[in-house]
Amino acid sequence: MDALDLARWQFGITTVYHFLFVPLTIGLSVIVASLQTAWYRTGKHEYLQATKFFGKLFLINFAMGVVTGIVQEFQFGMNWSEYSRFVGDVFGAPLAMEALLAFFLESTFIGLWIFGWDKLPRKIHLATIWAAAIGTNLSAYFILAANAWMRHPVGYQVNPETGRAELTDIWAVLANDQAWSTYLHTVAGSFIAAGLFVVAVSAFKLMRARFHGDTGTPGQAPHPSEHGLFRKTLRAGLAVTALAGILVAFSGHHQAQLMAQDEPMKLASAEALWEDEDGAGFSIFAVGDVVDGRNHINIQIPHLLSILATNSLDGNVQGINDVQERYEAQFGPGSYVPNVPVIYWSFRLMMGFGLAGVAVGFIGLWLTRRGRLPKHRWMYWAAILGLPAALAANICGWILTEMGRQPWTVVGELLTAASVSPGVSLTEVALSLALFTLVYGVLAVIEAGLLWRYVKAGPTHVVPPQDDDSDEDRDAPVPAFVY
Amino acid sequence: MDLPTLWFAAIAVLWIGYFVLEGFDFGVGILLPFLGKTNTDRRVMINAIGPVWDGNEVWVLTAGGAMFAAFPAWYASLFSGFYLPLFLVLLALIVRGVAFEYRGKVDSVQWRARWDQAIFWGSAIPALLWGVAFANIVRGVPMDADHIVTANLLDLLNPYALLGGLTTLSLFTLHGAMFLSLKTGGEVRLQARRAVPMIALVAVPAAAGFLLWTQVSYGTTWTLPLVAIAALTLVAAVALALRGREGWSFTATATTIAVATVVLFGSLFPNVLPSTTNPAYSLTVENAASADYTLSVMTWVAVIFLPVVLGYQSWSYWVFRKRITREHIEPTLVPAGRPGDA
Ligand code: HDD
Ligand code: HEM
Ligand code: HEM
Repeated sequence: MDALDLARWQFGITTVYHFLFVPLTIGLSVIVASLQTAWYRTGKHEYLQATKFFGKLFLINFAMGVVTGIVQEFQFGMNWSEYSRFVGDVFGAPLAMEALLAFFLESTFIGLWIFGWDKLPRKIHLATIWAAAIGTNLSAYFILAANAWMRHPVGYQVNPETGRAELTDIWAVLANDQAWSTYLHTVAGSFIAAGLFVVAVSAFKLMRARFHGDTGTPGQAPHPSEHGLFRKTLRAGLAVTALAGILVAFSGHHQAQLMAQDEPMKLASAEALWEDEDGAGFSIFAVGDVVDGRNHINIQIPHLLSILATNSLDGNVQGINDVQERYEAQFGPGSYVPNVPVIYWSFRLMMGFGLAGVAVGFIGLWLTRRGRLPKHRWMYWAAILGLPAALAANICGWILTEMGRQPWTVVGELLTAASVSPGVSLTEVALSLALFTLVYGVLAVIEAGLLWRYVKAGPTHVVPPQDDDSDEDRDAPVPAFVY
Repeated sequence: MDLPTLWFAAIAVLWIGYFVLEGFDFGVGILLPFLGKTNTDRRVMINAIGPVWDGNEVWVLTAGGAMFAAFPAWYASLFSGFYLPLFLVLLALIVRGVAFEYRGKVDSVQWRARWDQAIFWGSAIPALLWGVAFANIVRGVPMDADHIVTANLLDLLNPYALLGGLTTLSLFTLHGAMFLSLKTGGEVRLQARRAVPMIALVAVPAAAGFLLWTQVSYGTTWTLPLVAIAALTLVAAVALALRGREGWSFTATATTIAVATVVLFGSLFPNVLPSTTNPAYSLTVENAASADYTLSVMTWVAVIFLPVVLGYQSWSYWVFRKRITREHIEPTLVPAGRPGDA
């Protein structure tokens, strides 16, 4: 182990951890804003309950997203100083824009939303959560544009005098085809996760009410309003998941095509395809030999990879051994092959876990049609398990993207080994890695505990139920969330 | 002014925004165990900064992002060179941010006491370390020809830097007390006003000493009047606070912090990170800057969006302009259950 390995572990761990909260924030901000819009439009008490209930869960998650993001902002300088020196000109710009355009928006308006319930007119208060949701999604675009540039560098020039990349066209960076494609795919993946979060919580509450008669308050029958509320949110969550599932498949397909162009080595590794091939098949299960550069077993669906990557039955897909040769000719001797088994399996797990989650969306919509609810307990469990599956899919997607880019940080320009901070010692990185991991681990347990507590307590606890359907309280002030 | 110099100034502005704004919420966090004798009073204090602390914190994220974009070499050398102090700041900010959000979520004395500790240390550590860091930036650090900082932790803990740390720590605490007397009512307000002279006993000599040292060793002619202004506004702040002029005394500490930050950046210019190994190895506004194209793009973005940000952040302060008192603190809706059975 040297400082480089530890720095990579630290970046991987802290970023993966950040991305456990990010997809939920991206999706839930919009879902909570929509619930509040429904309340604003109809004045129905149950929408208020749903807004505040899911709002509270959203905030518990949001706090973790924010604090883990702070680390990310400075980590490039701390551990990747040579990278920062090389790319700052190009890469720093979207990062700074993200802070100025998106982080200010989301943090200021979240504050207004949390504390402004009884201080702002309803319409304006509703606008604050939408502003925060927009900020959140905007932040995703900028950071993903920065990240996409590492895969497909555009709009820059390496200055021969300083040896640094210099920006020549900001629009090219922001409109990079990898940027908007990744944005669509990541946001779709986020909505799958957030949709399934709502599904899991709703299914859990409905299951408890149905099979245990439990409401969270011991000895008390479930309030009838809760049942109706979670039926609605269950359907809404399923619909979000299903819609996002369609988008994720199309955008994933597009990602694969861009990958074939920009990073043939990553695609070849993701498919364990060792030699160039016309009309390549899509691998379902392979056992290979990385040293020999070939597979022992490879079960394939014929032609599917060529279709996925090139939109044609007989398109050419490049193989690992051939790309390696071409890269050696272009960039000099060295291995340009990433960790093939990890890439291969993270691709399959992303699709497997993710599409299983999407299936929960579609099947769930069918099972709950016209007010029905599933009869069997295992069906509720399947819906609940959709959530961890979706989060795992998102993480596997990032592992594919980031580890598949190795040994490059900026494809064709800068190697990871040349990116690390030369002045930071092994001890320093080991210390920060150990403490980050420890603190993050403890916080994860606390966060999960809180979510569990608030899910169990249910919405009647956050907003007391209204017993008749009268509208008399419609204009009564709603108390704010306070600390 | 050429673009790199303009961006040097812009980054100074971002740090001023950060220190003036997060300065008071650090101060409130530091004062939490001292002024908040009961849980209700502690909640008054936390809710006084509740809606704004996250927005305040984004100033440092923007400052970091802007340094990355405008002066990549500065960002790279500084944050890798100050690895451990920055790491401690990050840990503190993590724990502190979570603490605000989670403290009231479980009804248990022990639970709240732990998060109160987190808020205190999470505020005190960065308040101290930012001062240590900035003093070291002005003073310079051992750095080689490739701009790689070779300082160890002990190099960073020199007397000048420690005095800088004490200055920010005490100044932010004072600023926090001014904020509390302005924004809260009842017991907390009284306590905050009573605390002012005691904090001033440390803050005034520390800040005066630090600024003089800065001026004598690193200052230029135009920073001299600024040192005087910083010192005067600080003394004025204390005097105004003793007379109960809360708005003015808060404005005065805000001015002190802003002007002192200008003094630091002014003393640094035209360097951004001086090398004590060999002055020729120093990072300067010229050799650390991005190319002009990036800087002009960033200028456009800042000119258009910074006023917008200032607009809505001011609006948010206006929405929450009322003083917070015990009467505003409603019982929180916390799920029943024994602590720890989460
Ligand atoms: C696809 C989306 C996405 C990705 C890839 C990243 N983030 Fe993130 N980040 C968000 C989406 C997001 C968000 C949704 O906007 C967050 C998550 C939770 C939150 O509160 O805002 C956020 C929060 C957040 C914050 C705190 C903002 C605040 O105080 O309000 C910072 C500083 C960063 N992020 C920085 C980064 C950096 C430097 C990343 C690259 C390594 C990164 N994030 C990856
Ligand atoms: C949020 C989703 C992300 C996840 C889960 C993620 C995950 C990872 C992982 C696992 C690695 C380690 C790869 C390896 O060392 O083999 C890595 C490396 C890296 N990633 Fe990401 N990443 C994400 C987003 C980003 C973004 C948005 C950027 C840039 C803006 C970025 C920049 C980098 C850099 C610079 C490295 C270099 C370290 C290295 O190559 O080891 N990542 N990331
Ligand atoms: C139809 C199935 C899918 C296909 C064909 C697909 C394809 C891809 C490809 C090719 C990449 C790598 C992009 C690159 O490195 O250039 C990727 C990344 C990723 N995938 Fe998928 N994917 C699918 C389903 C999913 C699902 C269901 C989720 C989550 C629920 C998901 C989440 C992600 C994430 C978060 C990334 C990393 C971000 C990015 O590079 O876009 N994917 N996907």
